[in-house]
Amino acid sequence: MIKVENLTKIFGTKRAVDGISFTVERGEVLGFLGPNGAGKSTTMRMLTGFLPPSSGKVTVGGFDIAENPIPAKKLTGYLPESAPAYTDMTVHGFLDFAAEIRGLRGAAKKSAIGRVVELCFLKSVLHQNVDTLSKGYRHRTCFAQSIIHDPDILVLDEPTDGLDPNQKHEIRQLIRKMGEQKAIIFSTHILEEVDAVCTRAIIIDRGVIVANGTPEELRRKSEWAGAVTLRVNNVAEAAVQQKLNQLRAAKKIATATSGQRVTVTVFPRTAGDGDLTREVIAATNGWQVEELRTEEGRLDEVFRSITMPDTTGKEAGQ
Amino acid sequence: MNGFGNIKTIAKRELRAYFSSPVAYVFIVIFLLLNGFFTFMVGGFFERGEASLANSFFMWHPWFYLFLVPAVGMRLWADERRVGTLELLLTMPIAPWEAIVGKFLASWLFLGLALVLTFPVVLTVNHLGSPDNGVIFTAYVGSWLMAGAYLAVSCITSAITRSQVVSFIIAVVACLFLILAGFPPVINLLQGVAGNWLVDVITSFSVITHFEGFQKGVLDSRDILFFLSVIGFSLFTTSVILRTHRTS
Repeated sequence: MIKVENLTKIFGTKRAVDGISFTVERGEVLGFLGPNGAGKSTTMRMLTGFLPPSSGKVTVGGFDIAENPIPAKKLTGYLPESAPAYTDMTVHGFLDFAAEIRGLRGAAKKSAIGRVVELCFLKSVLHQNVDTLSKGYRHRTCFAQSIIHDPDILVLDEPTDGLDPNQKHEIRQLIRKMGEQKAIIFSTHILEEVDAVCTRAIIIDRGVIVANGTPEELRRKSEWAGAVTLRVNNVAEAAVQQKLNQLRAAKKIATATSGQRVTVTVFPRTAGDGDLTREVIAATNGWQVEELRTEEGRLDEVFRSITMPDTTGKEAGQ
Repeated sequence: MNGFGNIKTIAKRELRAYFSSPVAYVFIVIFLLLNGFFTFMVGGFFERGEASLANSFFMWHPWFYLFLVPAVGMRLWADERRVGTLELLLTMPIAPWEAIVGKFLASWLFLGLALVLTFPVVLTVNHLGSPDNGVIFTAYVGSWLMAGAYLAVSCITSAITRSQVVSFIIAVVACLFLILAGFPPVINLLQGVAGNWLVDVITSFSVITHFEGFQKGVLDSRDILFFLSVIGFSLFTTSVILRTHRTS
């Protein structure tokens, strides 16, 4: 439904977005990750036709956004990063306007407003002026606007920003449910959101896509993927280190001692084949093992190693 | 949905926004107070003994509008950019010109409403004498067209900046030029230093020169065309400025 080819945006001398390509199909929820200033919002602004690209092409539902913007925009719902809403109107007035501009009239308009008010929990503030709303309500008002015409395509720029944990949960549920029938792309800083909502994630850094895959695939890139963490009692740290370092499948180990207990993490040479776990269990014969678990891999660590190669290198050397 | 429907929706929202804040009411009250004061006190409506509104009422309008119209127009685009709703508006399935025309029309209708509310002056002059109501009508039309020209200029200045204050000041200066180009003292001054043809060119840009005909009851197509072309040109410039913001 969304097809991006070699999209580039240049501001002055800065290449904010530098030749990125990807697609989003119906039934997919694509998470768009990246540090601040990586080009996430700029990309979304080009997808929705707010910013014209310097070069490259965006096709939305088969329509080229540059040549045929109106039908492309009709298919799309958009929540901008700052979640703007007309401050001099009531929530109902604002949604009424959004519905009308999307071509809804009469009974269809009324039921559309009723639907989004319920989905976004806006009933209690329906007749309040937008500028008196708290940040969470204002955010949801703008979100409601983006889904009022039940669009096939949703572009959401940090949809859970500024919401409390309960609201975050509700919005994530909503996105995941809508993602079954729509093509959704949303940006976020919050990595747990990727697991909770996305079917696929893209990491973008300095305008370039640096990773693209399912959350599991991304997690497997982590050095934590398949690592074994073990806590033993009454064994000397040196003895633990010596024994575990000899394992064939172990790449390196990290230990920490507190009192009588030693906690050790063994990192695998290759993730996911289970060899390391078997070897570790065999090696612990005779030790008092209090805890043993296999790590799944950490998205935050993948994210950092990809987007900040310098600092992770330093940490790994410690 | 067609372009007309989109323009109507935009204009309706804009008008609703005007009346949901006190600004609209304050504006109307100030406009009416100024009109009353200048017509009856400064303009000497009663002393003149004329059954006409030209010299006591309409002659002040170019000067009232100089400050009041930029005040109405300053928020049109500056506020959309400041609050960020411009991003929302321009990603909705409408053409940018529809938004520009819709917002302009809403403000112009609002100015028209303020103008219509001066009707007690017309009742007064009809009660006291028997004026030519045709002349009064054309003068009202001219006044509204002139307000539209000022407003369109304010649209440009509002699109240039995020700050309403900056927009207001630039608009006042630009509109002042439109007045002064036809203001008799300035014309006299110009005649001393420039050739007649140059003076003619300059005065042809003045709203005062073009408003004069309307005040005399003449609906000259050239005057109507002047105001409409100022509006058209200014709205076109606004669209160019808005596009430039997005590309640069």
